[in-house]
Amino acid sequence: MDRLFQALADATRRDIVARVLVAEYSVSGLAEQYDMSFAAVQKHVAVLERASLVSKEKRGREQIVRGEVDGVQRARRLLDDYERIWRQRVDRIEDILGEDEDRT
Amino acid sequence: MAVISAEKDTQELNFRLVAEFDADVKRVWRIWEDPRQLERWWGPPTWPATFDTYDFVVGGRAEYYMTGPDGEKAHGWWLITGIDAPTRLTFDDGFANEQREPVDELGRTHAVVTLEDLGGRTRMTLVTGFESLDQLNQMVEMGMEEGLKGAIGQVDALLAEEGAAV
Repeated sequence: MDRLFQALADATRRDIVARVLVAEYSVSGLAEQYDMSFAAVQKHVAVLERASLVSKEKRGREQIVRGEVDGVQRARRLLDDYERIWRQRVDRIEDILGEDEDRT
Repeated sequence: MAVISAEKDTQELNFRLVAEFDADVKRVWRIWEDPRQLERWWGPPTWPATFDTYDFVVGGRAEYYMTGPDGEKAHGWWLITGIDAPTRLTFDDGFANEQREPVDELGRTHAVVTLEDLGGRTRMTLVTGFESLDQLNQMVEMGMEEGLKGAIGQVDALLAEEGAAV
């Protein structure tokens, strides 16, 4: 149940990013899309905003959400770099573990 | 091939790596438990890590720094949040300034390491969760030879600078 909820939350956030990269949406507009409360969408948007994947701008009474293409690309590039770091670490771990075999 | 898979989630800023080793779980646990072993693989060869505090208990802290070719140092810390020897370790990883004080503005990453027995071999799964792109950026700089130079003494500068697109 917990996992399902998590996955759905993920899916919603993914979907929000996909949508706002194509067009601007107000938070209430997004809430309509997902049949969700304003507060729930607000929360998703806040998470995405923290990750620099979307930006929010107040326009009159509405809060307009927009996708940050740079943020998405930057995230992808940085995660690729982070993967490289860990692949190198795993290589070094293998070397250390290999020493044991040499000794025995 | 030790690395089996790497999954990256750009939306949630999550990273998940699965690797398998020709050693049993107890042996692989030691590369985490023993700071002298940890130091040998955490940092790149030209920027070796030194863990001079390593309190390997739940709630314990670790302090480390990486030393560059010209003697520059980049500081970091861990807070051990969970230990279930020899199969599960969770810790938070953050940055520190030259005075070794934690830099809270960049938050901390959350890491979960699990070791699983594959009949004498070991599958290690690492999941890291990041709180922001800037934090991920700094973590990457702390882990890469070419990035470390830039990371040195620039934690403060990075805080002042705003989400500079790379």
